[in-house]
Amino acid sequence: MKSLRTLAVAAAGLFAVSGSAHAATEITFWHAMGGQLGETVNTIAKEFNASQSDVVLTPVYKGSYEETMTAGIAAFRAGEAPNIIQIFDAGAATIINAKGAVKPVAGLLNEFGTKFNAEDYIAGVRYFYADKDGQMIGMPFNSSTPVLYYNKAALAKAGVEAPKTWEEFEVAAPKLKAAGYVPLSQSHTPWILSENFHSRHNLQMANDENGFDGVATEIMYDNPNMVMMFTKLKSWMDDGLYGYYGTKWNDNQKPFIDEEVAMWLGSSGSFGGLKASAKFDFGTTYLPYWKSVISEGQRTFIGGAALFAMSGKTDAEYKATAEFFAYLTKPETQYFWHRETGYVPITEAAYELAKSDGYYDANPDAEVGIQQLSLDGGEWTKGYRLGYYVQIREVLQREYDKIFSGATSVPDAFKAIKEDSDKLLERFAKTVK
Amino acid sequence: MKRQQFQHPYLPYLLVAPQLAIILVFFVWPAAQAVYQSFRLEDPLMGIGEFVWFDNYASVFDDRQYAVSFVFTIIFSTLVAFFSMAIALLLAVKADGILHGESAYKVLLTWVYAVAPAVAGIIGTFLFTRNIGPLYNLLVSTGWTFNPQVNVFDASFTVILVSVWKQVSVNFIYFLAGLQGIPVAVREAAKIDCKSELRRFWTITLPLLAPTGFFVLVINVTYAFFDTFGVIDTMTRGAPAGGTSTLVYKVYQDGFLGLDLGGSSAQSVILMILVLVLTAVQFRFLERKIQY
Repeated sequence: MKSLRTLAVAAAGLFAVSGSAHAATEITFWHAMGGQLGETVNTIAKEFNASQSDVVLTPVYKGSYEETMTAGIAAFRAGEAPNIIQIFDAGAATIINAKGAVKPVAGLLNEFGTKFNAEDYIAGVRYFYADKDGQMIGMPFNSSTPVLYYNKAALAKAGVEAPKTWEEFEVAAPKLKAAGYVPLSQSHTPWILSENFHSRHNLQMANDENGFDGVATEIMYDNPNMVMMFTKLKSWMDDGLYGYYGTKWNDNQKPFIDEEVAMWLGSSGSFGGLKASAKFDFGTTYLPYWKSVISEGQRTFIGGAALFAMSGKTDAEYKATAEFFAYLTKPETQYFWHRETGYVPITEAAYELAKSDGYYDANPDAEVGIQQLSLDGGEWTKGYRLGYYVQIREVLQREYDKIFSGATSVPDAFKAIKEDSDKLLERFAKTVK
Repeated sequence: MKRQQFQHPYLPYLLVAPQLAIILVFFVWPAAQAVYQSFRLEDPLMGIGEFVWFDNYASVFDDRQYAVSFVFTIIFSTLVAFFSMAIALLLAVKADGILHGESAYKVLLTWVYAVAPAVAGIIGTFLFTRNIGPLYNLLVSTGWTFNPQVNVFDASFTVILVSVWKQVSVNFIYFLAGLQGIPVAVREAAKIDCKSELRRFWTITLPLLAPTGFFVLVINVTYAFFDTFGVIDTMTRGAPAGGTSTLVYKVYQDGFLGLDLGGSSAQSVILMILVLVLTAVQFRFLERKIQY
């Protein structure tokens, strides 16, 4: 009996303690950042929680991008969605087109935090997750962009410079081959040589303003410039000037690390990993473009993911979410994220801070991504919003595999890409009301 | 003769209720959901959408990749089931005849059973890694321009090999148990009547082993259709050119990764029907020829 009373007293004490501490609003943040990246997210969350006493943020790692998205959707349908969810580029159309599923970031900040100003964000990330009027729907979080890495010793041995254009590549490649290297490989054909090919050359990708103005139903990948690019790639491969190692990221990166391949197209975010694994001095430069298509290469798209505020929450929780977004976009937080992960800082202020801190004097390669994202942009460099894009990328990979194995011709492959992608877009359009 | 009857007519129903509940909750309800979903086209978040009748089925059959996946699944399943059963049977017959140290053989041949398909796939990935993997190097040294990253045939070879390897041990256990269940008297009588070991195997051992063989066939077809998912996901993810994507893997790609709920539900209903038909055929035509 006595022990029971002690227990009751202890429980009452516990409630009293937790009651006072729980004046703070608790919010959850589901993300897909594993390993070292996840540690960095945890650090940011911890420091955010320590910086104020109104909000307690709990980050939860949910697996890959796809797993996080599926888990978030299941939770949303069950009425138990997290406050913040990280959604990757190819999945953005699904969540943005589901009217009412998310609270747009611009509106959230205007209502519950500081006034949203698109100009605060660097040009390349500003529009990618925004609506057609430039109002941000998702907050860009981990943003990277494709860049060219080159083995300095290999290029010196062949007596060539890193190519700025594909025309320059055509001159340099045979010399690199003669020096005993496969001149080039790349790790994500849909992202680097398809989506960003359009951005770099300011070409339209899909109807309805690349899907920003309505729901796109027609893909424009089957344009003469793409056919030209892939005809070149195939002939380069046949001549030993281009190495295609399938669809997996690492399978294409590894030959570069092993010094079998002289240049590699990867992500600006690959920088840290490369530095740890490559035993040679490498340089970084912009994604090459065709001078014959455009006189000056334009800025590229971002890849990676954005944070979305799920709807159906209380005002207190929205306010807490807005507070976290404000913390996340602070120059110090962005600079920390940029340094730790290699992803680009998303605000101008953070970029200025990194510059004034002398970060790029010591690490010039780390600046290439953000410089490329700050290049001049045109009508088609804002981004794209295409439904069932995960499946469309799968279609692209499939047809590119067939091109490089010789199973199909380049024009036939693009014909199939056009047909299959349009079918997918049409199906997706039916799910949007 | 007096018929035995329960006093309370509902007692038996009460007794089978837990089992029925499990079947309803875990099998019938999800299957019914899949059928319902397959007639709808909706966005995954808000669930807003429309009833489209057979549109999802029409687009599945209209998808060129589905045909590729279908053909691959049939070839893949046939080869995996055939080779994993044939190799297991051979090993079981040999292990059955061993007099000394038989348990060592049995343990060595069965422990692969403990390896999960995904782990088997990762082991396979290491073995076939370009320039480093021992099996990659072995195959290249034979003069084969082996390139599973780009060549569909080579990639299929790797997933079939790993799937077979993973399944041999399970089949081995069943076949060995089946062999040991054949009465010694029958075997000895056969030995007196017939000198040829091979002939004895075909005429005595195999027919007596048929019930086991039939059971193993059914579980192998199911394995090749469904459980090889882990091997494919870790080794090829359906690449290159979508050439190693089984029907189950495609359901996962379109539904789980791509969030096309209607399309992938239609695919799983088709798959469900296919496996039902296959199992029915096996029971109807094969089982009749077997003497228990």
